[in-house]
Amino acid sequence: MKHVVILGAGTAGTMMANHLHHQLKHPDWEITIIDEREEHHYQPGYLFLPFDIYAPEDIIKTIEEFIPKDVKLVKNKINRIKPADNKIELTGGNEIAYDILIIATGAKIAPEETEGMKGAEWQKSVFDFYTFEGSLALRNKLRDWEGGKLVVHITEMPIKCPVAPLEFAFLADSFFKHKHMRDKVEITYVTPLSGAFTKPKATEALEHLLHEKGINIEPDFAIEKVDNERKEIVDYGGKIIPFDLLVTVPTNKGDELMERSGMGDDLNYVPTNKATLQSKDYANIFVLGDASNIPASKAGSVAHFEAEILTDNILRFVHGEPLKEEFDGHANCFIETGNGKALLIDFNYTHEPVEGSFPFPGIGPLRLLKESRMNHMGKLAFRWIYWNVLLKGTHIPFVSATMSEKGKHYA
Amino acid sequence: MEKIIAGKNITVNEEGYLTDFSQWDEQVGEALAAEANVPLSARHWEILKYLQNEQKNQVALSIRRIGKSGVTDIKEFYQLFPNAPLKTATKIAGIPKPASCI
Ligand SMILES: Cc1cc2nc3c(=O)[nH]c(=O)nc-3n(C[C@H](O)[C@H](O)[C@H](O)COP(=O)(O)OP(=O)(O)OC[C@H]3O[C@@H](n4cnc5c(N)ncnc54)[C@H](O)[C@@H]3O)c2cc1C
Repeated sequence: MKHVVILGAGTAGTMMANHLHHQLKHPDWEITIIDEREEHHYQPGYLFLPFDIYAPEDIIKTIEEFIPKDVKLVKNKINRIKPADNKIELTGGNEIAYDILIIATGAKIAPEETEGMKGAEWQKSVFDFYTFEGSLALRNKLRDWEGGKLVVHITEMPIKCPVAPLEFAFLADSFFKHKHMRDKVEITYVTPLSGAFTKPKATEALEHLLHEKGINIEPDFAIEKVDNERKEIVDYGGKIIPFDLLVTVPTNKGDELMERSGMGDDLNYVPTNKATLQSKDYANIFVLGDASNIPASKAGSVAHFEAEILTDNILRFVHGEPLKEEFDGHANCFIETGNGKALLIDFNYTHEPVEGSFPFPGIGPLRLLKESRMNHMGKLAFRWIYWNVLLKGTHIPFVSATMSEKGKHYA
Repeated sequence: MEKIIAGKNITVNEEGYLTDFSQWDEQVGEALAAEANVPLSARHWEILKYLQNEQKNQVALSIRRIGKSGVTDIKEFYQLFPNAPLKTATKIAGIPKPASCI
């Protein structure tokens, strides 16, 4: 019997377990998935929790309920991968041998990378919303915060869901308006990029929205430290931005197990072929989701498209056929803009987000790069789709894994 | 588009980055540095050469990587090339502006 081992039972690993168990069956194949946690979190919900839009129970379920019965779930911390021996070493010393390994250990925040970030003010006036604990603490803070300078900040790229901090700024604007205290809050969006986003057309649309909502933007800010006493963030060039409430997205990194295994880059991401999703160093290791170093967005939608393509490639690998170089970096993200509206962007490695209609060219019903209520409904529906469709590895009708150029207005 | 830099016809993109490194030489570097108001010292040149070398080896450039390069640290990098050092330094070095990941 051959053995497929999946590391991580988050978004990407769970999808792979659901895809592969239909294809690689007993008695020829056994599939094992390993995760140290009990709970599966709907991470996009961390954006809504601080504003009391979602409650904790909306975004937490058990890992177990999404893992097919014929897949073995091992709850343990993974200590390291021994790629030369085709083995996984668990914390505690047990080893698991594999024929094919799928890495889906995701990315997480590393506030300790920035001087003073996890200092005396951590979770007092300095918060993150990329973890459940951070997001919940921020909710409690916002419930009775009386206003002042709110600074929404990105430490360095790449981060998961690169639009989430912008969405946070938009939702904050709308939250304080509803509480009739917008005039007491000054919102500043601080980014290491030269604008609101990395791609020109989307940057233009998003900066227009920031301006419309009276949110200041401070681009090109490379943070050196958080000064807890003076409540300021300071950049390497000497720029200083004072805050009363700092909501930061710390450096994101892959899991330290990559460092222990000697398999990660300087941010613990695994070097991966961006078209086939095979590890650059080991033929029987594949990587998807936030754990890889490919230049695509670190997003659940990307993991979904990758999972469809990777399933095919693993079957090709099993049959000794050449892998298809098919993944094009397709990402599809709703951007919540506040007041019950959202934008939608659809893009890939080579095509930036532009205006148009989605998924049906010329019809929609969703509008690309334009605010609408329909897009907002789409964003809220995404949670249901996530739990009921995406994790189960079901194909979403009319949305293909590779991006379609139809119905999009490229100049 | 074409631009005259240090008396030579050089092809640059709309942001002023060279599109063909073979057109770069030290005079072009000096002229681009003057345009960016960065007087070049020996330290500047060490870093510019390092960046060109990384580019040649197809290493993706980032502030973090430069900070850990052993060639300079981030603080000094900012002192030498104020404001947006990576963007300024790559332009002077005649190599593409580093793509920021999304
Ligand atoms: C605030 C926020 C908003 C977001 N919004 C969106 C959105 O609107 N749309 C969208 O598409 N995406 C969004 N995302 C991104 C999305 O959540 C991630 O891209 C997605 O979850 C990645 O899946 P993954 O499987 O790669 O990683 P994860 O889902 O994080 O799973 C990794 C798993 O590996 C396990 N693991 C790691 N290391 C070890 C170890 N050493 N031992 C044992 N287990 C280990 C972890 O416990 C975890 O369960 C958002 C993310 C955040 C933080």
